[in-house]
Amino acid sequence: MSDYEATSAQAADARIDEPIATAPTSPAPAGAHRAPDRHGLLEVDDVTLRFGGVVALDRVSFNLHEGEILGLIGPNGAGKTTCFNAMTGVYAPTSGQIRFRGMPLTGRKKYQITRLGMARTFQNIRLFPEMTALENTMVGTDARHKTSVVSALLRLPRHWHEERAGKEKAMDLLRFVGIERRAGEVARNLSYGEQRRLEIARALATEPILLCLDEPAAGFNPAEKESLLKLIREIRETGVTILLIEHDMRLVMGVTERIVVLEFGKKIAEGTPAEVRDDPKVVAAYLGVPTDAA
Amino acid sequence: MNFTSFLHNFWDNTVSGLSQGSIYALFALGYTLVYGVLRLINFAHSEVFMIGTFAAIYAWRGFGLDQDSSTPAFGLVVVYLLVGLLAAMAASATTAVVIERVAYRPLRRRNAPTLAFLITAIGASVVLSEAVGVWTRRKPVGAPPLVRQKVVFHIGGAAVTNLTIGILVLALVLMVALDQFINHSRLGRGIRAVAMDPNTAALMGVNKDRVIALVFVLGGLMAGAAAVMYNLKITGTHFFAGFDLGIKSFAAAVLGGIGNLRGALLGGLLLGVLEPYTSSLLGTQWTSIVAFVVLVAILVFRPTGILGESLGRTRA
Amino acid sequence: MSVIAGASQSARRAVGGWWDGLPRGVRIVVGLALLVVAYLAPFDWFYPLFGPFVTAETDFPTTLFTMAYYVLLSLGLNVVVGLAGLLDLGYVGFFAIGAYTVGLLTSPDSDFHTKWPWIPTVPIAIAVVMVSGVILGGVTLRLRGDYLAIVTLGFAEIIRAYAESSTFLRGQFGFSSIPHPPGTLPSGKPLFGVIDASPYYWLALPLVIVVIFGIRNLERSRVGRAWVAIREDEDAAEAMGVPTFRFKLWAFAIGAAFGGLSGTLFATQIGFINSGNFALFFSILVLAGVVLGGSGNIPGVILGGAFIAYIPERLRGIKEPITGTDLYEFRFLFFGLLLSLIMIFRPAGLIPSRRRKREFADRAKEVTVGE
Repeated sequence: MSDYEATSAQAADARIDEPIATAPTSPAPAGAHRAPDRHGLLEVDDVTLRFGGVVALDRVSFNLHEGEILGLIGPNGAGKTTCFNAMTGVYAPTSGQIRFRGMPLTGRKKYQITRLGMARTFQNIRLFPEMTALENTMVGTDARHKTSVVSALLRLPRHWHEERAGKEKAMDLLRFVGIERRAGEVARNLSYGEQRRLEIARALATEPILLCLDEPAAGFNPAEKESLLKLIREIRETGVTILLIEHDMRLVMGVTERIVVLEFGKKIAEGTPAEVRDDPKVVAAYLGVPTDAA
Repeated sequence: MNFTSFLHNFWDNTVSGLSQGSIYALFALGYTLVYGVLRLINFAHSEVFMIGTFAAIYAWRGFGLDQDSSTPAFGLVVVYLLVGLLAAMAASATTAVVIERVAYRPLRRRNAPTLAFLITAIGASVVLSEAVGVWTRRKPVGAPPLVRQKVVFHIGGAAVTNLTIGILVLALVLMVALDQFINHSRLGRGIRAVAMDPNTAALMGVNKDRVIALVFVLGGLMAGAAAVMYNLKITGTHFFAGFDLGIKSFAAAVLGGIGNLRGALLGGLLLGVLEPYTSSLLGTQWTSIVAFVVLVAILVFRPTGILGESLGRTRA
Repeated sequence: MSVIAGASQSARRAVGGWWDGLPRGVRIVVGLALLVVAYLAPFDWFYPLFGPFVTAETDFPTTLFTMAYYVLLSLGLNVVVGLAGLLDLGYVGFFAIGAYTVGLLTSPDSDFHTKWPWIPTVPIAIAVVMVSGVILGGVTLRLRGDYLAIVTLGFAEIIRAYAESSTFLRGQFGFSSIPHPPGTLPSGKPLFGVIDASPYYWLALPLVIVVIFGIRNLERSRVGRAWVAIREDEDAAEAMGVPTFRFKLWAFAIGAAFGGLSGTLFATQIGFINSGNFALFFSILVLAGVVLGGSGNIPGVILGGAFIAYIPERLRGIKEPITGTDLYEFRFLFFGLLLSLIMIFRPAGLIPSRRRKREFADRAKEVTVGE
């Protein structure tokens, strides 16, 4: 078990402001120190989101349990990314509540939610184009660091310590997603597939308990999708819960354990992949196209 | 707080404030039009105004009138005013279009970030005001006293002169004309379309470049009119005149709701009276600060202004 | 005109590329050599070596001092504009607050009647300026782009207008007899006198160097990373756990501190300050220095800052042939023109920061609706 996986378990245990030790004493299995969650790691509770006259989310409720891989699917415009945005603090729900680890997220800033343990990738890749892959990832590791502006200015020991640790962890992550050879390359110059992987590495760098992937396979060919599938499973093995928005049914069916289906902002189905695939409402929503044409 | 002074001077302040506010309003139209269509703060608009003031004065000089002339007969005054208006409006409109062509269009072509536009605008503004400043040796230039101020009537003890009425009437006429143009003409529709969604407008056959040039021309025309009013009121101008009034007019535009034509009118008049009110209430040293405080306050607490953004959207 | 801009652009790019390409050891040697030259510059047996570069009307040490505090200003503004990407048009306000704090605490004209020596007022001035930077930032940093620019402009104008019209800051009368730094020469004369600006320059140089290293340290730390992340994609930065508001505020505070420090140096050297020293145009001039230098790039910003201070002084005394106006009068015109031209033709600036150059090349690919 790599350093990364062990620290992830510790991350799950820490409260927001506690510093997280970067050198684990012994590898602990995922979930070893956690209190049992009764309601779910993430609870989306009767959330409605209005933009002026448009109802983007209409009384959506679902729970996400620790350690599972949940898929969020639905036709275009169903509200999937809006749901993500509501969860990560980009939008505030008009009504209803979202709770993460039992704590309501209302009113929290985006970066606070990330520090609570929820990280995300973006539908249209949003890397920092001029920074190298390593630097991009290190922005993620910085989320867990305590070096203050003064410490950085004066080059105090904590700065050196955290810089080194951050760089190590970032390299580990780049290796984990398979792009360590491109660590020094500026993000703009990476290939599309490498950029998608980098986004995942960067999100993982923030040591999340829940990783939200927004269409991570968009634009991939079947071989790349297989590879991504494998990566998602590996991420879950390290103890990270995953919420996945995806259009590609094969990918969804192949990797998720449960699925929530949205249409026009409403939840229309929830269940295992098999249940959802045969649900007539779902089939109708996709106009009878059970497999995607991606 | 000096309430006695405030109350005592209330009507005087209101009248002079409305007159000054009309100038702000016309000046503000340039900012608001350009912002509505381009989402850009045209920092160089202040110099568009300033050049208008100089154009009118030199036009008058061309007729042999300068600050030492006596007031001409009524019929001639009308002619001279028209000449001045023509000169100022033409000069301002031309300056505005030239700025757009030379400074902004290359950046638009390149899809430059907004900051680049702002920096170029500042550069252009400095170039123009400095050029005039060096030309005039940074000294004020006098205008001929074309209008002999005659008190027409009184409101609450305050004297309302022919000049004040003239300014107010002219401002209102121009505003109504502009409003009609924007809302009822084909070109005006083009402007509103580009303000709402430039790409779709282009797809619908609207010539975006021409609309943008038109918007600058309109703003320039309004500024030119404001310039003549300024000349008459202040009987002079100087190279810094644009900057002084520019920030205040911009504040007025923001106050009323940037992008909103009626907002420019409302904001202008409101700021116009707020300044003397504050001066009476708190002392003259605060007059120049009022506009900035208003600007900061509005942007922080209600960035869309009183009437909200609306060029091209629903009516104010 | 574009030919000039283009030609100088190629020259600058050559300089920039050259510096980046040097191995570290060579850079240290070159840096030290430049430092030695800088220290020797005010000596009248040395600077004639610069030949035509020496300013005619203003004495050269004074010009050097002006360059030094302008470099300090440019470095400070660079933190705000170049590193964090926040367009602050009212930077002269911080300079003014620094200078006025010194004036208020040291001058016999001040209402405070404290009449302190210069040195203890410096940290106080810096503290005051940083607080004002935090207040200004706290109020305005939620605004984006051009609104931030206009509001900061407004703030600087408020400060200037207040300075001009209030009795507290004494408008045109200002504060006189601001004390100089302490020290006496062996001959008994004060070290920091009124005529020779060299000691002030030598005092300013190490401050500039300290500031350079400070900024460099910040750049190569999580702070610098956060600033670049904020500049490149603020929302994504926040999603990755960067407390963007806090870091933007820090940028403001740090920029303010350097501006204020520069103000204290200015006040003590010139001995007299009034509201005329702090016109808006100076903010724009410093911005020109940063932009010219290729914002975000320390060597470039230093050159840019030195340039904007040097050129006006060099132009003094040279009369323009048509009207006989001293070219010095044209300085704002010249820099305004340069600013616009650079933005129009080659927005990357003097020594293009690798990052900034690519930022511009990329925009074309983005879909912009409504600009």
